[in-house]
Amino acid sequence: MKEKFHVSSSPHIHSGVTTSEIMRDVAIALMPASVMGVYQFGFQAFLVLLVSVTTCVITEYLYEYFMKKPYHPYECSALVTGLLIGMNLPASIPLWMPVVGGIFAILVVKQLYGGLGQNIMNPALAARCFLLICFTGQMTNFSILTPSEYEASNRGTYLFYHGAAAVDGITGATPLAAVKTGESVQLFDLFWGFTGGVIGETSVIMILIGAVYMLYRKVINLRIPLAYLLSFVLFLMLFGGHGADPTYLAIQLCGGGLMLGAFFMATDYTTSPITPNGQIVFGICLGILTGIFRIFGKSAEGVSYAIIFCNLLVPVIEKVTMPTAFGRGRKG
Amino acid sequence: MNKCMERLYNGIIKENPTFVLMLGMCPTLALTTNAVDAMGMGLTTTVVLVMSNFLISLLRKLIPEKVRIPAFIVIVASFVTIVKMLLEAYLWELNQSLGIYIPLIVVNCIILGRAESYASKNPVAPSIFDGLGMGLGFTIGLTVIGLFRELIGSGTLFKVAVMPDSYEPLKIFVNPPGAFLVLAILTAFQNKFKLKSATNVTQQEPLACGGNCASCLGTTCTENHEKIELAKQEAKNKKGEDGK
Repeated sequence: MKEKFHVSSSPHIHSGVTTSEIMRDVAIALMPASVMGVYQFGFQAFLVLLVSVTTCVITEYLYEYFMKKPYHPYECSALVTGLLIGMNLPASIPLWMPVVGGIFAILVVKQLYGGLGQNIMNPALAARCFLLICFTGQMTNFSILTPSEYEASNRGTYLFYHGAAAVDGITGATPLAAVKTGESVQLFDLFWGFTGGVIGETSVIMILIGAVYMLYRKVINLRIPLAYLLSFVLFLMLFGGHGADPTYLAIQLCGGGLMLGAFFMATDYTTSPITPNGQIVFGICLGILTGIFRIFGKSAEGVSYAIIFCNLLVPVIEKVTMPTAFGRGRKG
Repeated sequence: MNKCMERLYNGIIKENPTFVLMLGMCPTLALTTNAVDAMGMGLTTTVVLVMSNFLISLLRKLIPEKVRIPAFIVIVASFVTIVKMLLEAYLWELNQSLGIYIPLIVVNCIILGRAESYASKNPVAPSIFDGLGMGLGFTIGLTVIGLFRELIGSGTLFKVAVMPDSYEPLKIFVNPPGAFLVLAILTAFQNKFKLKSATNVTQQEPLACGGNCASCLGTTCTENHEKIELAKQEAKNKKGEDGK
């Protein structure tokens, strides 16, 4: 009789959505932006993505093998981390740097804190900041071959390896850096992604397509991205020095890693608050911090640092915004 | 002299100020960008620690209980000033690279901690060795951290290039985040391989609290420690009885 009862702890009712399904959705949602990045920056961008994904998956496997933990190859979370790391690197980076970044992300940031669901900050962004501090030169080098080198090279292979960006004659500086030094930027190029930058951040439209897919699949909700973007715009209006100039605001919104960060990085389940109000607070903190970093900081970028900094605030935010359970009074 | 050797062992291994007691974190994090500075800082602290332990132990019966902390501070500050002047006179370069952290030795918690917990209660000879042991433990801790950070972060050891030219230094390790990373990883290894203590026993043993420090605030640690000591005492007594 006894063995006929299946004893398990709560929760007893769940939606049937598993981690691997969510991660697969995120990976699918990242595809448009990755494909655009590979089109823009050529085969070398594909290599960077491939190397970082492979490194992450292998590191995770090796760690769990040596620590004698069960390995879940279909969970895909290392794959998503690897893809995000790759998308946050410039295409011209030496290929061993994604390897260093991938190992750091999985081994130090994710596994040493306890693995999936336990990390205190987004592994991909932590790896990006790690690489940014270590190899500032290579990480901010978005230059392509000079015209004379271009003339001398074999066009076909060149196009294949360096992508469309090289042909369009896109210069080294990212749009945001150009804005900071007072140059003008074509908003149209920014929106479609015909600009310099890291592999995955350039094309706003492709990121939005991915985001819509994730919203449709209910992988993310709009609280964090909307609170983030709105508070960022508000902050820029107040302190940006350009007032409510729509072009300036649109360039700041579309430029840099803001879109990629708002939809794919800030919404990471592990490192964002679980409470609805907390998510809004989290978004507002992100917006303000990104604004501060972009306007008052030395660098034109600020999304990655803002997100990993706010990741650390998440436990506090959750504690403050814990909702009252149904049927319980406000005090008690 | 056995007690003196025990003090040395205690300071260097058992209660290493850097990896076990976690004291003096400010110079540990700030001055370990290369092994030379780290070792310089460690040795400077050792000198101050030995001298202050010596004098405080000597004066322990004269210092009134109520004003002991100001008295200790005055003694420590005097020695730090002497050391600072000596460094300025004879080791100018080291003095420049240690900078503000030399005067800050006055408020280094290792020194005041040893004065308060050991030198003010024990005779002169063990106190000197206590200071020496703690100081050497601190020096070793700092130097090891410095070696790792320097090797990874700038490819040198004691300012001598050891890595091949093609090595691209991971600059983060000579920046502040690197200090935390190296300290944490070395402390983790130290915890893995160190002697058994209240929080560091295997799951099968009855006293293990599971190591969940997040939920306990240290009270379980102290309790467990007392229990272990009691168990040891009992075991000893039993042995004694069996011997008879």
